[in-house]
Amino acid sequence: MYTMGIDVGSASSKVVILKDGKEVVAAYVAQVGTGTSGPEQALNEAFKQSGLSQQDISKTVATGYGRFAFEDADRQISEISCHAKGVHFQFPNARTIIDIGGQDAKAIRLDKDGNVKQFFMNDKCAAGTGRFLDVMARVLETTVDHLAEYSEKAEFPASISSTCTVFAESEVISQLAKGEKKENIIAGVHKSVASKALALAYRGVIEEDIVMSGGVALNAGVVKAIADQTGMKITVAENPQTIGALGAALFAYEEALKDH
Amino acid sequence: MNQTEGMNSKQMLGHYINKSFQDAREAKANGKLVCWSSSVAPDEFCRAMDIEILYPENMAAAVGAKKGAPDMLKIAEQKGYNVDICSYARVNLGYFELLKEQALTGKTPEALENYVGEPAVLPDVVITSTNLCGTLLKWFENIAAELNIPCIVIDVPFNYERPMPQRMVNYVKGQFEYAIKQLEELCGRPFDYDKFLEVQKQSQRTVAQWDKIASMTSLKPSPFNGFDFFNYMALIVSYRATAGAEETFAKCVEELEEMVKNGQSAFGENEKHRIAWEGIAVWPALGLTFKTFKNMDTLMTGSGYPDIWSLRYTPGDMESMARGYSNVYTNINLEERTKAVEKIMENAKCDGIVYHNNRSCKLMSMVNVDIAEAVQKNNDKPFVVFDGDQTDPNNFSAAQFETRAQALGEMMDAKQAKGGK
Ligand code: SF4
Repeated sequence: MYTMGIDVGSASSKVVILKDGKEVVAAYVAQVGTGTSGPEQALNEAFKQSGLSQQDISKTVATGYGRFAFEDADRQISEISCHAKGVHFQFPNARTIIDIGGQDAKAIRLDKDGNVKQFFMNDKCAAGTGRFLDVMARVLETTVDHLAEYSEKAEFPASISSTCTVFAESEVISQLAKGEKKENIIAGVHKSVASKALALAYRGVIEEDIVMSGGVALNAGVVKAIADQTGMKITVAENPQTIGALGAALFAYEEALKDH
Repeated sequence: MNQTEGMNSKQMLGHYINKSFQDAREAKANGKLVCWSSSVAPDEFCRAMDIEILYPENMAAAVGAKKGAPDMLKIAEQKGYNVDICSYARVNLGYFELLKEQALTGKTPEALENYVGEPAVLPDVVITSTNLCGTLLKWFENIAAELNIPCIVIDVPFNYERPMPQRMVNYVKGQFEYAIKQLEELCGRPFDYDKFLEVQKQSQRTVAQWDKIASMTSLKPSPFNGFDFFNYMALIVSYRATAGAEETFAKCVEELEEMVKNGQSAFGENEKHRIAWEGIAVWPALGLTFKTFKNMDTLMTGSGYPDIWSLRYTPGDMESMARGYSNVYTNINLEERTKAVEKIMENAKCDGIVYHNNRSCKLMSMVNVDIAEAVQKNNDKPFVVFDGDQTDPNNFSAAQFETRAQALGEMMDAKQAKGGK
């Protein structure tokens, strides 16, 4: 039996197809989100990868900011529950999830069965999210994919103290004007994202194992900054961008079982 | 004939709210005094001296619910009030500017013509109390200074110590005595202690009915939809020392009892979960917040906010009244406040709780996370916190609210499935 999860985010659309609730047979990320061709593109690619078609899918669950806009789903489930489900599937010992996506960051606490105990999310603020990194990468004349390479070569993180994206942008510009090395500035940017995300996590209690998900988890610089600041080991989820979609596909599987 | 005969409680609510404004307008037209009061300041003193009262926070909430806040906010901001100030204050100060302009020029500004709230009149005196926030103090002082009218302040120290020490009771009593003196000077006649006692008694009868409504939510399924607290609240705040409020709440209780008798309830069979709502309502999105939960078959049954006006004391006993107005839950220490939230959840049999992290009201929001954690530690019920604002729609995002509400529903589902409800 095949089930599908689709995570329609603000900046990207992700699809996971699961066989018998166990094996991922397709996972695809389209870099555009809700209101665009992203969801369709991700669906088509996932079908292509798996050689399946819509008829083969028993159930579909949609999650993410655009979950209600996606009409073909059997059910919509919040991204909080889906992330918890996806991470618990990959790492049953995970107790804290730090998820940083395009426009939101969340910290989720899990109990040993993978249920959500508590969660905290950022609100109307881009600080500590992928969007913050996009803005900074642009000012620093690079792209997000290259940020980690730079920060690896940093001697120390330059101080980026402002939480506000606009203020931080001016700070970066003045650091550049002062002749600070790009590597150090980028390490500073990573540190800033890490502290913002951790501020959410510290609203609860941070317990190990800690797993990071979301697109920003692909940035080793941010992961390192989080590990440095917590003094704890941070595990990056497999295919971290698709964790929400994976969770949704797992929920879809549970739904499908109910019908049998 | 009784003007409210044949009306249901919601109609009575509308009737008395309109009447309170009408009374104030008439008083003004006849040269009688009108007071603007903060929502938890004792209204008994003014009522005893036949002063009509209007409530800026109530007015702001009503305008917010009618989606008229942005116009007023703009005026206040143009006047220089910072956007970080409580939106009740900004909405009211914007409205105040318009009323003042009208009084000074004799012309009605366009924004005042388009005002969606019930028309008010300028005050001759203001009264506020520090049992709520510090913003109120500055807000009311500003109004008093601009109009050159008396500002009565009932200073109520924060209750760090429990139970409330006698020296604090004495202090608040002293504040009451000074307020009486101020009113005597303003009115040019001695304070009417007989009427005062009557007003106190009325106030307590109203509160008793108010509490009865709240107690109905302990029934499962509940006949009362907790979001209606936010509607009926207008009367407990602004009219509690009058018979109209008592009659309205008694009618409401009667209707609820009738429902119970007929086996009816707010959501019928569809009452899957029950939640508590901590903090002020999101007035411009009252419908949206209600429907989001309704679509999840989730009924709000308990809330600490309307409970603030469960102001109990013994009529004729100033010390008891001092305690009543000091022990409101915005003015007690964290431990007691946590207990109050826990009690509300227990009485209303809630499966979870949503905390409004209100950009406007730091007083009620800053403690949310600490309370949430402490409460959860004791009762193990899921909670969510959402960011919003009571009247400034710029500080609320529907999509973010829906996600958090849904997640709360999923956490309650998971618990229910495990049999831990
Ligand atoms: S800050 Fe809070 S307590 Fe103060 S006036 Fe605003 S809503 Fe009321």
